[in-house]
Amino acid sequence: MSDGVISLAIPAQPEYLSLVRAVVAAAAALDPGLGDDRIEDLRIAVSEATTNAIEAHANLGSEDRITIKCDLGDDRIEVEVQDHVVSGFDPGTLEYPSPLDEPGRLDNEGGFGIPLMRVLADEMKIRSLDHGTAVQLVVYASSAAKD
Amino acid sequence: MTGTVRHDALRSAPVTLLVEVAAWGGWTVLRVHGEVDMATGPQLRKAVVDQIGGGRNHLIVDLADVSFIDSTGLGVLIGGLKRARSQGGDLKVAGIDDRLERIFELTGLGDVLAVIDLDAPQHAEVSGLP
Repeated sequence: MSDGVISLAIPAQPEYLSLVRAVVAAAAALDPGLGDDRIEDLRIAVSEATTNAIEAHANLGSEDRITIKCDLGDDRIEVEVQDHVVSGFDPGTLEYPSPLDEPGRLDNEGGFGIPLMRVLADEMKIRSLDHGTAVQLVVYASSAAKD
Repeated sequence: MTGTVRHDALRSAPVTLLVEVAAWGGWTVLRVHGEVDMATGPQLRKAVVDQIGGGRNHLIVDLADVSFIDSTGLGVLIGGLKRARSQGGDLKVAGIDDRLERIFELTGLGDVLAVIDLDAPQHAEVSGLP
C-alpha cells in the first residue's frame, strides 16, 4: 500500500454494496480521529454514491466495474466513487441542495441520496468525466457531526 | 494500482433480509433484521406489499435490528406508508435509535413517519385502530 490509498473495483451489482461499506468503514477506522458517528456518516454517503453508480451502469447495461478509492489523510478521509458509463449526466444541472422539507417532497420515494450525501459528508463534489461520473466525499476528523 | 482488490469470490454471498411478522394490538409488526439498501430493499418492499395485499394494512416496521439503512430503504418505507394509507391503513416505525433518528430528521421522514415504542403499554391511540 502506498500513500494511504485503498482501491476497490466492484461489479456494478447491488450485492456488493455491503462489501463497499465494510471496506470504507474499516479504512476510516484506521484514523483514530474519526469517531463512530462520522464513520457512520461516511458509510451512508458512500453507499448512496455507490448505489447511484450501480444504477447508472444498470440503466446503460454496462458490465464495467465501479471503482471506489479511499484516501486516508492526516485529518481527513476522502472517498471517490467513480462509475464508468457516459450517461450525459451534467452535475451543473443538479438542483441542490434539494429541499427535503419541500411540500410534496415525500410523494417521491427516491431522490434522498444526493441530499443525504451533501449533509453527511463535509464536502461532496460530483464531476463529469470523459468516461463516467466521479463523486468525491470528504469527512474531516476534526469536525463534529454535521447537523 | 497498488491496493486494488477484486472480490469476485463474494459474488454469490447471500444478501438477505429477515423479516419476522407478529401481531401487536391489532397492528402487524414487521421486524426487520439486516441491512436495508438497494440489494435488500426489494425484500422489505415485498414483505410490506404482501401484508397489505393480505388485508393487513396497519403496519409497524420495527427497525431495532437493522444495522444499516440508506435512501433506498427510506424510499421503501415511504412507499409502504403511501400504499397502506391508500388502503385505509397506516404505517409506523419502531426501534429507532439515535443514528436512525438523525437520518429521519435529515431527510424530513420524521415528519411523516410516526415512531412508536413497542415496549410501551399498548394504548388506545395505537392499538384501537382496526
